[in-house]
Amino acid sequence: MNELSETLPQGAAPGRLARLARLWRLFARNRAALFGLAILAGVVALAAIAPVLYPESPFSLAGRPMSPPFGDWLFGTDTLGRDVMAGIAHGARTSLMIGLVATLVAVVFGTTMGALAGYYGGWIDDLLMRITEVFQTIPSFVFAILLVAIMSPSIQSIVIAIAVVSWPALARLVRGEFLSLRNREFVQANVLMGMPDWKIILVQILPNALSPIIVAGSLMVATAILIESGLSFLGLGDPNVMSWGFQVGAGRTVLRRAWWICTFPGFAILLTVLAINLVGEGLNDALNPRLREGKA
Amino acid sequence: MTGRLALILRRVVQAIPILLAIVIINFLLLKLAPGDAADVLAGEAGSATPEYMAELRAKFGLDQPVPLQLAQYVGRVLMLDFGYSFRHEMPVIDLILARLGPTLILMVTTIVIAVGSGVLLGLLAATGLNTWRDNLISILALVSYATPLFWVGLMLIVVFSINLGWFPTSGMEEVAAFHTGWDRVWDIAHHLVLPAVTLSLFYLALYTRLMRASMLEQAGMDYVVTARAKGLSERRITFRHVLRNALLPVVTMAGVQVSSLIGGSVIVETVFGWPGLGQLAFESLFARDLNLLMGIFLLSAMLVLVVNLAVDILYTFLDPRIEAR
Repeated sequence: MNELSETLPQGAAPGRLARLARLWRLFARNRAALFGLAILAGVVALAAIAPVLYPESPFSLAGRPMSPPFGDWLFGTDTLGRDVMAGIAHGARTSLMIGLVATLVAVVFGTTMGALAGYYGGWIDDLLMRITEVFQTIPSFVFAILLVAIMSPSIQSIVIAIAVVSWPALARLVRGEFLSLRNREFVQANVLMGMPDWKIILVQILPNALSPIIVAGSLMVATAILIESGLSFLGLGDPNVMSWGFQVGAGRTVLRRAWWICTFPGFAILLTVLAINLVGEGLNDALNPRLREGKA
Repeated sequence: MTGRLALILRRVVQAIPILLAIVIINFLLLKLAPGDAADVLAGEAGSATPEYMAELRAKFGLDQPVPLQLAQYVGRVLMLDFGYSFRHEMPVIDLILARLGPTLILMVTTIVIAVGSGVLLGLLAATGLNTWRDNLISILALVSYATPLFWVGLMLIVVFSINLGWFPTSGMEEVAAFHTGWDRVWDIAHHLVLPAVTLSLFYLALYTRLMRASMLEQAGMDYVVTARAKGLSERRITFRHVLRNALLPVVTMAGVQVSSLIGGSVIVETVFGWPGLGQLAFESLFARDLNLLMGIFLLSAMLVLVVNLAVDILYTFLDPRIEAR
């Protein structure tokens, strides 16, 4: 970039495909991340084929209540005779969907706030960061409980509640990126050329800030799934949708007689969240190679 | 000393608008919720004539313009008047204060366990960098970071209460036993083990990772090279130089995490029947007691503000360089 006379390496600039391949090689060097990706692929596959494997509603009665696991039913049945494994399969859809959508909402909102604050600075920055600070001070899980309780439990209210408590961290991250990119030459050049602000933010700065956003976003999905499971454990889940947290909450009262009802859905949450965290860290290593030396 | 005082004052002044904003958010949520206090009261009474409803609204000031209502609400909250719980027929603040003690016991114990063992594990991992010890600790941290708290709690109950019978499954003390003095303290401590361990796990993971990273960062600093050049032993460098500096971010984190600790304690108190604020919040959910839930939310937000302030002040003692800024 600094030396214009420098000869380019053989051939054209690496294409999109080549860059992806390079990224994959960097990612695949991290064995833990590959392990996480494999688990995650399994969970996604389970979610995808759940309606085929268990066409009946996961709330429908499958057999004798509290049948032990590894018999007629892989993971046994619950207090009402619902198949625990069917619940886990359908719960995977709920968890992944809520985790993804809530994170997407939080990322869009947090990025907008952070981008505006970092790009414009001044009083806009002051105001937006003050708002962010307020939302960071509020105890997030209690706030999420309150929001869902007020809006009454449903998929939408859970997504909104999770997004509301998750965006501040991302806004801070994006603001930092924008602050440092704002004064770089390529941005200043576009300002001089008279490019409109929205175009500079979206086309020039945002692509350069994308890697940390992707990494933070992937880790936020894991947190979102944990929050969702906590909410539905407390009985604040959507009553029409099966979810892992609800299964654990429902089996809690019979823990003494039927340990499996709580155990397997909880283990599903653990595996999924762990897998997403591992993938997120792998992405971090692959996308931000400069940081890797510090960790070695 | 004046520098420190000025800093503390500045922090207090900075906290006031945040507190105000939280109270306003709370007010807006109250307005957003279906039905107002008059509806709730009328619902409790069974039925009410429109005249009686209007009278009630006038009594609560609900017929006033919204900005005036807001001003009155802020005034009430700052006097710690969080409204009335119709379900318990008690002022919300009395209910909350009665449950604050158990929650504080649980939270303080948790912080001590989590920070204590987190620092120790992080230290062990950083001093044995890339050995099996480091890897094992990192894997443990990763797994406990991903585990839902309620599930850990239930699994601990299955293993240690139901199968081994070492600890009670729920509650804070054996009420029927009428223990007094040290017997009572011992009884509560016995009940405290499982909830505190459960709540600690997540934060333990956090502090372990933070401590490890912080130790590694400090180990690369110039003063460590100087210490080594002076001929100090590695042990002395680690404990007298690196450790002390590496602890600073952990202290900050302990303050920041109080906010999520409160959320975690709702879950853990529900699982273990610990009679604190978290369980009160859970009960208020089922009783549809919104006033109470909002009161708990407000008080926990205030608690976070106070703890953050305390950490800032503590920080000026731990790191005198702060004052210069």
